[in-house]
Amino acid sequence: MLEISNLTKTFNRGSINEVTAIRSLSCFVNKGDFVTVIGSNGAGKSTLLNLVAGSYLPDEGVIRLGGRDVTTWPEHKRAAYIGRVFQNPLSGTCASMSIEENFAMASRRGRGVRLKWGVTRRDRAFFKDKLRLLGLGLEHRLKDKVGLLSGGQRQSLTLLMATLRRPRLLLLDEHTAALDPRTAQQVLQLTAEIIREMELTAVMVTHNMRHALELGNRLIMMHQGRIIMDVAGEKKSALSVQDLLHEFSNLRGDEIADDKLLLI
Amino acid sequence: MSLYAFIGAWEQGLVYGLMVLGVYLTFRVLDFPDLTVDGSLPLGAAVSGAMIVHGVDPFLSLGAAVLAGALAGAVTAVLSTKLRIMSLLASIITMTALYSINIRIMGRPNLTLLNKPTIFQSLNFFGMPQYLLVPCVFLVIVVICKILLDLFLHTQMGLALQATGDNPQMIRSQGVNTDTMIILGVSLSNALVALAGGLVAQSQGFADVGMGIGTIVAGLASVILGESLVGSHSVVRHTFAVLVGSVVYRLAIVVALSYQVGVLRLTPSDLNLITAVLVVICLTVPLLREKMRFKRA
Repeated sequence: MLEISNLTKTFNRGSINEVTAIRSLSCFVNKGDFVTVIGSNGAGKSTLLNLVAGSYLPDEGVIRLGGRDVTTWPEHKRAAYIGRVFQNPLSGTCASMSIEENFAMASRRGRGVRLKWGVTRRDRAFFKDKLRLLGLGLEHRLKDKVGLLSGGQRQSLTLLMATLRRPRLLLLDEHTAALDPRTAQQVLQLTAEIIREMELTAVMVTHNMRHALELGNRLIMMHQGRIIMDVAGEKKSALSVQDLLHEFSNLRGDEIADDKLLLI
Repeated sequence: MSLYAFIGAWEQGLVYGLMVLGVYLTFRVLDFPDLTVDGSLPLGAAVSGAMIVHGVDPFLSLGAAVLAGALAGAVTAVLSTKLRIMSLLASIITMTALYSINIRIMGRPNLTLLNKPTIFQSLNFFGMPQYLLVPCVFLVIVVICKILLDLFLHTQMGLALQATGDNPQMIRSQGVNTDTMIILGVSLSNALVALAGGLVAQSQGFADVGMGIGTIVAGLASVILGESLVGSHSVVRHTFAVLVGSVVYRLAIVVALSYQVGVLRLTPSDLNLITAVLVVICLTVPLLREKMRFKRA
């Protein structure tokens, strides 16, 4: 499904602030995989997702999606295959527009926009059915501006919108990090349900090791722009938070003093 | 205020309302501060005027003015999106270039259209006097344009345009090319402004290269005034608000010009100063109100 080979990305090249965020990274995500990605701050997790989504273009390497070379495709073109949820709950929706208008735009993902009526009656019925799944009562508030909703509600909406049309690949970038623990848990549960029911291929970046272990069938640990651990299936199920911490201390040596950066 | 001045203010408020709709589209919907309008208003006047002088049908000349305005907007938008020039600067560049282009189009800095055919002669079905006919024609055109703009903003493309101004990251991740949307929106905006320019030239009987100075500030003043008077909860209400703002703004100008304060009597050339002060007041009132509340608390 997703094939990354020798990907390299350096920011501020040639300046004093030069940072190599991704170092010749290669990775293959199979169809139906649900990969969780962990790593400390600056490990390159978010950069990797942004490179896959096309927000940045890589310096070197190739990204293939469903067999197609998409390395030079702009973000909006890749969107036809990719659903995204961002860390910032405000990033995935338009605050000044209504719930139904936001959904209408999501329902056009990858199909192009035309001079046809934006929200039709049939759309509305479909959106209501989807919103009912959230159990937040939003199905009665189709005309409300999204800016009136809470961060958790907006993140749930973004998740629904990203999967309104089945994406070939779902990218979740620490999408529960900015929410309070209870809301985060709800959004996470919803994420797991949607991915299971729609049988999606998904990559979820998280700071939370427990979440990384609980969800998904495969776990990737990143450090300094490289993948330093990649376990799947039963090997992953057998992992514990202690194992992960141990792994970190092995690979990072004295840097483990930094382990506040890792949430257990 | 005399009846003539009153009707005159309505006439101006309505025709410049088209320009204000354009300014609303860039400043409010797209969040793209666009000063091209100071050049595209006289561009519309120049294109329409020059074509009429050369014997082209007045309606056709307005169509050409609309296209010219759209092209000017597209130039600004391409400078900004493809060449990555800051939007404000890109629009100043286009505006500056349009000054020379407008003189080229007219062949000289101004044109007179006296005794030339205009759309008003062919639209005068009821033998109305000119001073009533012109505002009526403008009203019809403005209402049509407002309704079309409202409808457009509710299409799939219109929603994507709104989203481009609200949250470009979101709409890109829904598969829309935001550069294309900005080019489309800024072109549409300047097409409306140029239409206003063409209509002004035909109603006043002349086109002048300097007639665009201060357009953007007047447009902004109208937008802000209308929003505070009528509100902006929905697209339909917002576009109505900016049109109300346009008329109220012109009425306020007429009133301001008709009063004498001591030895000081305002003249039409003081207009831009008054407008500038008005915009500053409108923009700072919310801030001052906030500060007052803070002090009291």
